[in-house]
Amino acid sequence: MTRLLITLLAGLVMFSQVATAQNGPLRIEITDGVVEPLPFAVPNFVAETGQASQYARDISLLIATDLSGTGLFREIPAKAHISKITNFSSPVQYADWKAINAQALVTGAVSVSGNNLEVKFRVYDVFAGQELGSGLRFKGTTDGWRRMGHKVADEVYSRITGEGGYFDSRVVFVSEMGPKNDRKKRLAIMDYDGADIHYLTDSSSIVLAPRFSPAGDKVLYTSYETGFPQVFVLDVGSVQRRALQNQKGTMSFAPRFSPDGSKVVMSITENGNTDIYSMAVNGGAPKRLTSSPAIETAPSFSPDGSKIVFESDRSGTQQLYVMSVNGGEAKRISFGQGRYGTPVWSPRGDLIAFTKQNKGRFHIGVMRTDGSEERLLTASFLDEGPTWAPNGRVIMFTRETQGASGGASLYSVDVSGRNLKKVANGASDPAWSPLQK
Amino acid sequence: MSGWTKAALLVAGMTLAACSNNDGLFGSGSSGTGTGTGATAIEPGSVNDPTSVAYFQQTVGDRILFVVDQSTLTDEARLTLQSQANWLMENTDYVAVIEGHADEQGTREYNLALGARRASAVKEFLVSRGVAGYRLNTVSYGKERPLEICSAEACYSQNRRSVTVLTAGLSS
Repeated sequence: MTRLLITLLAGLVMFSQVATAQNGPLRIEITDGVVEPLPFAVPNFVAETGQASQYARDISLLIATDLSGTGLFREIPAKAHISKITNFSSPVQYADWKAINAQALVTGAVSVSGNNLEVKFRVYDVFAGQELGSGLRFKGTTDGWRRMGHKVADEVYSRITGEGGYFDSRVVFVSEMGPKNDRKKRLAIMDYDGADIHYLTDSSSIVLAPRFSPAGDKVLYTSYETGFPQVFVLDVGSVQRRALQNQKGTMSFAPRFSPDGSKVVMSITENGNTDIYSMAVNGGAPKRLTSSPAIETAPSFSPDGSKIVFESDRSGTQQLYVMSVNGGEAKRISFGQGRYGTPVWSPRGDLIAFTKQNKGRFHIGVMRTDGSEERLLTASFLDEGPTWAPNGRVIMFTRETQGASGGASLYSVDVSGRNLKKVANGASDPAWSPLQK
Repeated sequence: MSGWTKAALLVAGMTLAACSNNDGLFGSGSSGTGTGTGATAIEPGSVNDPTSVAYFQQTVGDRILFVVDQSTLTDEARLTLQSQANWLMENTDYVAVIEGHADEQGTREYNLALGARRASAVKEFLVSRGVAGYRLNTVSYGKERPLEICSAEACYSQNRRSVTVLTAGLSS
């Protein structure tokens, strides 16, 4: 993986303007009320060396695409620009950007030396007439140019919204090919925006529901490679894998890492009864956390590691429950109509995303961790399996279309329910990585 | 352990055969060789051979169906399973993997657990009718291996199933 070097450009004369705009007027408060996207301009970054022109264009475009893709920003196209940025160090003509109502301006420069790529950028609050934050410089290799573009976009997003970004992240998922009754599945990994797909397994056996470790270096998933569903752990770098538990006569599935990466919770089925267990990633005996004859599955840790949300049909239908990481009594939190499954605790800790099945339709929804303020974000023939963006603002999920030619795709939606869009075709079971380092 | 894996691979092959209705795949695998004489002789391994896998699949019935979100056995299912139990006790060379399946209306994880319940209900019934438990393994495919692919009850009802998949295991 490309290593990125981030340098604060403070101290240089051209960055001497003190960034006091953090509390200034240029700020999107992300609330349910935001409907008018903030207009911004990203003029082509300046190519400071001969080989840098293509990278400069591609990186500027990627930044604009990342920002526009959130639904919170709207790009003012280059043909509307009055000023051209031809020198990264020249003063910005605020009036020219005000005139086209660009509230935020991102300028940058790219230089290439051999395989090394350097990107520097600045963000301006046009109407305040000042820089927002300080200039930054990223150093990496040319094949890592996308990550550097995403890093810049994350920084811009973060300075304007006051929240963490999510563009420099990846998604592990199940790639699907072939008809419904002969579907080939393999694990794959890609950038959050669908670029740069790599396969982690072949399609010789069914694979299901991969989940990232908190560091993003390992993936838990369920494979039928022994003929029976079993939880495996795979190293993303080496693609080496091993079965996590291997008790004959049982099946295991629905694994997830604890927030510190040391433990795994999952379902183990014995004699037809499915319960939740936890065990150390490095081995040892699974510890049983539930023990009812009901189906108990889809466990997910709270980000502080103290609780587990899961689904159970102990009441007669699938509902959501919260219990201590050590098991014991569980509190039901879902009480609406229909069935609730696949709960996932948000990385911010404030919400739980879930799949809801009601009156023949499927929904992705969110609720507070006590079950209050339930909101459905989507509706379709079959939506399931939500996963959170690292900043807890966006949810990705599987949408399966109906009928003999039906297929699975990945979609994302803002936690407010806006900005629903397709991310990838022929794919299911997404799991979003943390922001990359 | 390697024998276990081998059996699983065989099972995978058999599942595909069942899905494509490719009967007779196991004709050459059963005991004895064809006599080749006499028009009335029963071809070993064929559906007319009551000790064959093909006979088990087609005449005894290798699958039963379930009601939506249920793992309880219907009266019709019990009749089929009683015949399966009788056959398995006659043909003791075979072991079986009981597959549990669900239709597509449900989340992936829940359907895996539901399929396991269904397979387990079948195993318990067969054991209660005298089949040795060690001859029967269970596996759930959840909604991963539908037989019919329309999104309507006509297909869903065929996909909510358990299939008893035989392997000539004990004597080999």
